[in-house]
Order: sequence, then structure tokens, then C-alpha cells
Amino acid sequence: MFESLSDRFEGIFTRMRGRGRLGETEVDGVLREIRVALLEADVNFLVVKGMVARIKERCVGADLSKSLSPAQQVIKIVNEELTGVLGGEALKITYASRPPTVVLLAGLQGSGKTTTAAKLGRWFKQQGRNPLLVGADLQRPAAVEQLRVLGAQAGVPVFSAGGDPVEVAAQSLAEAQRLGRDVLVVDTAGRLSIDAELMDEVRRVSEKVTPKYTFLVIDAMTGQDAVNTAEAFHATLELDGVILTKLDGDARGGAALSVKEVVGRPIAFASTGEKLADFDVFHPERMASRILGMGDVLTLIEKAEQTYDQAEAEKAATALAEGRFTLEDFLEQMQQIKKMGPISNLVGMLPGLPKEIKQAEIDDRELGKVEALIRSMTPAERVDPAIINGSRRARIANGSGTTTSDVNMLLKQFKEVQHMMGQAGLGGALARKAKKNKKGKKGGRFTPPSN
Amino acid sequence: MELALILILVGLALLGTATAVAISLRRRRPELEAPPEAPPQLPPEAPPRPVALEEEVAPDVEPEPVAAPEPLPVDLEPEPVEVVEPEPVEGPEPVEVVEPEPVEAPPAPVRPRFRDRLGKARSLLAGYVGSILSRSSIDEETWDELEEALIRADVGVGLTSKLLDGLRDRVKSEGIKTPPELVNALKEDLTKRLAQTDEGLHHEAGAPNVWLFVGVNGVGKTTTIGKVALREAAAGRSVVMAAGDTFRAAAAEQLGLWAERVGADLVRGNEGGDPGSVVFDAVERAAARGADLVLADTAGRLHTKVNLMEELKKVRRVAERPPGRLTEVLLVIDATTGQNGLVQARQFAEAVSVTGVVLTKLDGTAKGGIVLAIEDDMGLPVKLVGLGESPEDLVDFDPEEFVDALFS
Repeated sequence: MFESLSDRFEGIFTRMRGRGRLGETEVDGVLREIRVALLEADVNFLVVKGMVARIKERCVGADLSKSLSPAQQVIKIVNEELTGVLGGEALKITYASRPPTVVLLAGLQGSGKTTTAAKLGRWFKQQGRNPLLVGADLQRPAAVEQLRVLGAQAGVPVFSAGGDPVEVAAQSLAEAQRLGRDVLVVDTAGRLSIDAELMDEVRRVSEKVTPKYTFLVIDAMTGQDAVNTAEAFHATLELDGVILTKLDGDARGGAALSVKEVVGRPIAFASTGEKLADFDVFHPERMASRILGMGDVLTLIEKAEQTYDQAEAEKAATALAEGRFTLEDFLEQMQQIKKMGPISNLVGMLPGLPKEIKQAEIDDRELGKVEALIRSMTPAERVDPAIINGSRRARIANGSGTTTSDVNMLLKQFKEVQHMMGQAGLGGALARKAKKNKKGKKGGRFTPPSN
Repeated sequence: MELALILILVGLALLGTATAVAISLRRRRPELEAPPEAPPQLPPEAPPRPVALEEEVAPDVEPEPVAAPEPLPVDLEPEPVEVVEPEPVEGPEPVEVVEPEPVEAPPAPVRPRFRDRLGKARSLLAGYVGSILSRSSIDEETWDELEEALIRADVGVGLTSKLLDGLRDRVKSEGIKTPPELVNALKEDLTKRLAQTDEGLHHEAGAPNVWLFVGVNGVGKTTTIGKVALREAAAGRSVVMAAGDTFRAAAAEQLGLWAERVGADLVRGNEGGDPGSVVFDAVERAAARGADLVLADTAGRLHTKVNLMEELKKVRRVAERPPGRLTEVLLVIDATTGQNGLVQARQFAEAVSVTGVVLTKLDGTAKGGIVLAIEDDMGLPVKLVGLGESPEDLVDFDPEEFVDALFS
């Protein structure tokens, strides 16, 4: 029943592309669709109202460009609005001139504060800092214990003490001094925005530690209420930003849009998985293009840059170019891809993939099946799959715990890739580039492929 | 154009292919579970979530009678499962300093009702409906405001227009003239919808009943189990708690603290161990002790994670094996959840045949309207509602009061 926001927009715009002109009635129809799409994505009612009004004004208004088709114009306007609401640049973390730099996390129960604290600790550590995690959630049973376990996983020390959260916060400053820690990440108990007593407590914690950054941790699955929560926390704590958690689900995350619009503070970080490493600075322009169905190519490229082995890639490119891309190369590439994270995350970022593939839930273990198949082949078979006859097929199937039809499937698919690569003329282009770049230049910035 | 672009192009093509291959393989042989290759390059600080390798072969078939019920083996060696006896609850430690507040609040004599609890959070919605009620006649703006009220309560666009369409028909056929009549008609309709379904928690005598709690991360499963345990223990049932959340750090400790408070047995496994075996041991223990009820916690999981949902199916299969009797599978949903709640409900229901919903954190500003959408879509009843932090704040669902709270 639900289509994702980008699917919906895609649907609308595909229909629009077929039309030459965009009249006011058409604009109205499109706006209705946009409104429903945004509401289903949990963007706050009032925020949607404002956005739709602005989009309408601009669509019907004077800035109708001559060079763009009507559909392109609407896409452009919607994109600009989304990006506008989500906020220009990513938040740049700076450090206090007199350490420690204190980061305070607050939010509702279950939004993911404790996990986020550990992830932030790990992130600061990666930035070359010496963070200390402070367990000031003395409310939830075993919350401090959870932080300790996660801290140990992240290799970041944890400080906590019994008693009063405000006291713990105060002591943590001295502890940071003693341990020579320059960043403090303070985890607080989850609290409802209408709980006056607890809101007052977190305010006192904040006064004690005078945070450089106060972040509201908010669940990407939050509905209309996100706005109320954000407003209330902002009124008490003067937020510097928001951390969006559980973005790895299929929630559209409209809450991010709403909160940004209402509180006017950027989404600073986003958490995209259960592992401590699944956490990064939030990129508003990427979220906007994701919502618009353009895929998140930038993130993908960044991931690839971090994890891909340059030499391997060159080898593969050359092999492709010269038409001798073998199953062995294919296997190596798969290993590289696996390093970039769960396949389903990656596929979600790819633009232009068929919906069928995008929506299919892909378990990384299924790639293991493909791997097992290739690993059950002899080197000769990997180089020249044509020699795989009936008995070899049976052997491979046995060796990999699959069936001969699985073997056939893989071989067929592989042949298609080879064919596709050749057809796209990708090979030759890649070879030239690979040669040109062989001097070992580190891959720098570049523009994503347009599609 | 840089080298990195080349990598991407190659990578993308391959990723697409690998995915396509994987999908086609899966389609052909859904029951095949290949053991994951252990990739040497896994980041050391991120231990992969352990998944039991020995999936049973036929997924959705009734639990085949395995020769004798035996604990599901995990890895190669049987997992030590620690059974924690309830420790005698110690009296409050002698404290010299006068505490400003007692550690444990005196038990409230009366269970709070929706109305008391929700009072402070209701002002927002009351605003809209208030202005609707003060209108002299039903005009387009009235309808717009009603729509806004429903959508802002997270009822969802789809159900909202369905509800309002139905209401428009009733306005015509029943001659509804005034806004108060209109709001009442809507409330009536909503209450009727919610009341159609069976709201009670099932318990059958003669075997340890198992109530399994499932849901996404952070909705309040562990806390809910703690509260249910207190409630059931107070009602005279002996309870065993199964710390089936072996993934989240310190989840078992959290449940353990509840078990101590309740005086219930806690069965727990190793961190990262197999949740199925924890539930199995809990059922065994309950049977041996003649306990009435096993409350089984599970790790929070996003419904989009296929392998984790598979794991959950397995836990369910274990839970319904004799000597246990699985009588409730409760999906815990946070009242702040937006439209994604419906997707969650569908996925969990498909995986483990959910029998009801527990709506938590309704004491905040969120209205929890998503349960209306869930009820409408799947007929899943709400059975319990969490209205606050203290144990007695977990109450039976009352459609009328819920709808009242949505609109009064």
C-alpha cells in the first residue's frame, strides 16, 4: 500500500514527463500527490502545508524557466524545497578551546541515546580525540551497564556513579580532567517532553556541564509528534542539532524534515545500523536526493573510496576492458563490495535500479552462496567457464551445497554481465582511464555519473 | 573523471549482478541456507550479529516433532544457560541521609485511567476539536480541521480519508447537522472499530503459557515485560522470564532487575547467544516448576532485516513446542511511531503471527493513532497500553477511553 516517497515522486513525474505543458489543474494534482507522499512519510502536517504552499507558489508563479520541461521544473522546485528545509550544509563539529568539549544527548525513551553515545564516542576517537562516555541515565535499569559494554566495544572509557544525574555530570568533568580526556559524551535518561520534573533535571545537568553541543536523539520512525518533542526539548535545552537514529529501516524519516523546519537546527548525525560503525555525519543534500529517488550516490562513492582497494579495482577495470574478466575477478570484486557494508544498504543508495531489486530484501548470506559456488570451481573453470560440463556442474553443486540449476543460473548471469560490459563500451573507456591513472593518484573528488 | 569513478562503475555493475544472482538463487531455493563465508576483513570492533546456522529446513511448516525436544545447539557446543534464582528481596538498605524521595513509590491504590494519565498531554488535540465544536455548522473548514486532527494523531492519510468519507455518508443519511454531533459520530465509529476485536490476554490452564514480545528497537519491550510480570504475579500467577534479547548490551541485566523485583525466575543465556535456546530453557524450567507463565523477551529488530526476522520465526517455533503453549505473540509499538508502524505490524504479523499490540509511551504528547490504522488494515487488537513509567501504568486497553483521549 505504501510507496516510498521517492517511488511516489517517481510515479508522479513519470506521468508528467509524458506531457508537454503544465497547467494549473495539473499543478494541483501533482501537489496533492506530493502532499500525500509527504504525510505518509511522516512529515509534520503543518510543515507539509507550508511546503506545499511554497511549491505551488513557485510552480504557478513567475519563475517558469523556458529551458526546462514542466516536469523537470517541478522536480527542481521540489528538490530545492526539500533541500532548503533539510538545511544547507552539514554541521561542522569544532572543539572547545578549553577542553573538554562536552556533548549532551537527550531525547525520549527508546530513541537510541545510549547506543548513539557509544557511536559518537567511537566517532570522536576516529577523529583523533580522547572521548569519555558519561552514563547519566540512572533511570532505566542497566542503562549504565549497557553503556559500559558498548564503550568497551568502542574502546572508549565510561564514567558513571550512583546517585543523582546532575552529580554524575559534575563529577565527570573532574574525571575527564584526571584522565586527560578532551571530549565528554553525556548520555541521559529518556524522558517525555511533558515531564516537567525530568525536563528540569536535564536542564540542570546541562547547566552543570555547559555542553558545546546539545543533540536531540530522535528515531527516524517517529510520526507527527516529532515536532512537539523537538520544540519542547529545544525550549529547555537550546538544541544545537539532532541525531537521527534507525535510518536503516524502511521509515521514510519525514521526522527529519519536520524537526529541521520547526526547530531550525541541523540534523548533525545519522545512525544507519546496529553496529557501532553504522554512524556518520548527516548530509542534508543527500537525504533530499534520496527522498527524490536519485539514490544516494555520494555516500556510496565515499564508502567505496574508503574501502575499495585501488590496485584491485584497476586490475578489474583492465580485465573488463580487455574482455578477460573472469569469475575469479568477480569473486574479488564481491569481497570488496562486502567491505562496504550490508548489501541491502548499498542497493538502497543506487539510483536507477529496478524496483524489484531494490525492494527485495537481500541477505548478505545469499551472496555467500554465490561465493561458495565460485569457490567450488577450479582455477581453470573460473577463468574459462565454458569448460564446465555436466559432471563439473554436479561437482560444483555438491561442493557448494547448491544444485546444478544454481550453477547454471550463476554462469548465465555472469555471461550476461560480460556481454553487458562489452556492449556498453565500458571496457574500452575503463581501460584508458585505468592506464591514465596508473600513476597511483589517489581518487579525489568527482561528479557522480548522471543518469 | 577519476579512478574512483571507474571503481564505482565496476562496483555498481557487479553489485547489480551479484544482487540479481542472489535473488534468483533465493527464488529458486528459498529453503536453502548457505553458511556464510567468514570474510577475513570484517571490522574487528563490529562483531556480526550471530545467527544460528542450523536453520531448520522447512520454514513455515508446523514444528516437526524432533525426536525429543532438546535444546537447539548453538555453534558447536551447547550453550551454558544460567538460571538465576530469584534472590530474596532485600529490604531497603539502611540509609542515614534522608532521601528526598523514596526509592519505590508507594503502590498507587487505584489503577490510573486513560483520562487521568492523558490529561496533561491532550491540550494539543483538544485545540483542534475544540475549535470544531465551537463552529455553528458543518462546513468545508470543519472537515479540514477534522482531517488535520486525525492526521496529526498519526492515524494516516489513507485511513483518515476513509473515515471521513464514511462520515460524510452518515451526515447525509442520518441528517447530522452540528459539529458536536459530527465529532460524536466519528468517535462512535472509531470506538466500534476498536471494540470489534478481542482485547483480552489469553491464558490456558494446564501448561506453562508463553507470551512472546516482539518489536523494533527501543519501543519498550523489556520494560513492558517487567510490568506484565508484576501484574501477573500480583494476580497470583508464577512467572518465569526469558531474557531472549541476547543482542543488546545489558538487556538481560535490565530484565534481571525486573525479575528480582517481581520475585520471578530469570533464564538467560550468553550475550550474543541463541535466543531460541533461552526460550526453550525457560519453558523447560517453567514446566519443571509448574509455573503458569513464561514471558519471553526478544531483541529489538527492524522488520526490514531478513535474517533477524528469520531468527524470530525460529524463536516462535521453539516457544510453541510442548511442554510450553504459546498463547500470545505481542507486538510492542511506541505511541510516537508514525506510518512506519503499519509496515512493522505487517512484517511482524507475517513472520510470527502476532496476536495483539501493546501500545507504549502513550503518556507523552503522541496520540498513538497508528493503532487505528493497524486495526483497520489487519484487525489486530490493542491489548495493553503503557501510560507511564511505574508498573501500574500498564493497563488494559479500553477503546472508548482511547478514542476519548484522541478527541476530548
